[in-house]
Amino acid sequence: MKLLNIHNYLLRHVQVMLSSLGELWRQPVATSMTLLVIGIALLLPAGLFVILKNVEQVSGEWQHANRISLFLQDEISDKRGEQLAEQLKTWPDIVDVSFQSAQQSLNEFREISGLESLLDTLPENPLPAVIIIEPEEEQQQEAIEALLKRLDALPEVDLAQLDMQWLQRLRSINETGQRGISILAILLSLSVLLVIGNTIRLAILNRQTEIRVIKLVGGTNTFVRRPFLYTGMWYGFLGGVLAWIALLISLLIISGPIDELAALYDSQFTLKWFGGQMLFSLPICGLLLGVMGAWLAVSRHLNAIEPS
Amino acid sequence: MIRFEQVYKRYEGQQEALSGLSFELLSGEMAFLTGHSGAGKSTLLKLIALIERCSHGQVIVNNQNLSRLPKWKIPYYRRKIGLVFQDHNLLHDRTVFDNVALPLIIAGENHREIGRRVRAALDKVGLLGKERNLPIALSGGEQQRVGIARAVVNRPPVLLADEPTGNLDPELSREIMHLFEQFNQVGVTVFIASHDQDLISQLPYRHITLQQGRLAENHS
Repeated sequence: MKLLNIHNYLLRHVQVMLSSLGELWRQPVATSMTLLVIGIALLLPAGLFVILKNVEQVSGEWQHANRISLFLQDEISDKRGEQLAEQLKTWPDIVDVSFQSAQQSLNEFREISGLESLLDTLPENPLPAVIIIEPEEEQQQEAIEALLKRLDALPEVDLAQLDMQWLQRLRSINETGQRGISILAILLSLSVLLVIGNTIRLAILNRQTEIRVIKLVGGTNTFVRRPFLYTGMWYGFLGGVLAWIALLISLLIISGPIDELAALYDSQFTLKWFGGQMLFSLPICGLLLGVMGAWLAVSRHLNAIEPS
Repeated sequence: MIRFEQVYKRYEGQQEALSGLSFELLSGEMAFLTGHSGAGKSTLLKLIALIERCSHGQVIVNNQNLSRLPKWKIPYYRRKIGLVFQDHNLLHDRTVFDNVALPLIIAGENHREIGRRVRAALDKVGLLGKERNLPIALSGGEQQRVGIARAVVNRPPVLLADEPTGNLDPELSREIMHLFEQFNQVGVTVFIASHDQDLISQLPYRHITLQQGRLAENHS
């Protein structure tokens, strides 16, 4: 008997779930407008999240993030510079060393800056020779600072510089972006909650008679609430699926230009889609928001509708 | 089965709808509740169905003191009371079958049992052929029978009716009353509010008459 009851109960849930979906299907215009609003509200934070993750990936691509540049004294010869580089390679906390002569630096600068004609007018090469050092990646900030000091103390070295400041800036911009997206996500989730809540409120008002009759013949609040919760669930879930599709389409549209851009910068960068992750999280978030919004509306309005 | 002890009901800002009402309806009895409009008939039925609660006194139904029944238990209590209304209270976007099935769906009956009992109830009220119709396609008398089928499909021990023949001509009214008699004959306690004196004076049941919220007459 118990088992039969559970079976009936589950069957009833499935029935209500499907009939509330059917209800939405029968009002295609109203339903699709609501879904669109929910979809867009979910799409925005998701899209920004994908963009931010990609920016993080770009900044991560710079492996030489905390590389150290040793600018050598002018009178040091290229040969002595190369020797020093070889020597530094044997240091335990240094991973890689490369030497770049003053002439190479000038050539590189000429190429990148496009100031060829101006450089030609200079009487001598203003650039020093550089040894670029890549320290052990996992090191603490203090260890790197100590290494920097030791390198700076070398007699051949004019200046040792840690190229980290720009990276820190980028990371803090990224951090700010992440906070911004979190706030945006919270606000837009709230708006999804309100949109669904309001839609459910209207549905409740439309079905006042039905609710009264159900209560008269012994329907519990749980029974009355159930179809509305499922309606909210469907709105959220389908809105989430819609947001996912819209996200993929948007990424498809911008992926072409981004690949071109990456090629121009000679970068290995490819746009990451996070398609799988989003396919999971967008509908789930939508579903939870939907049920919550419906719950809020139902608990506010249902008790007021009593038979009289 | 239904016992009123010194029951008062006062709506806010108005005079008493019921005052000092005491009577008892035995299990398996059938009785009429009569009186002019505004005498308190509907209020009395609402107290039994727990649509309202009394201000003073005690209403005891099926050995249960209704003033002590917590709110969350009301739905389960109502499942044991069949209610019939003057305006039927049917859902017009559902078929006759679905309307009658509603109390069983609420009670969580299984599919086969629902089909069996709905058809039995519709058979009893003579509407077996119309289960796929919408209520709007039925006549007033037929709609009322759907309402009665819905009230009895749960096999409740008590059946309350508020002016069930209010909108029907005398012939149909007699048929409806006959239906109630049939349910009473199988042991259901039936309590019908009606001001149709011509009709009910022909029937051999007790009359409980209200006058301005007080018991005026209580005789067979």
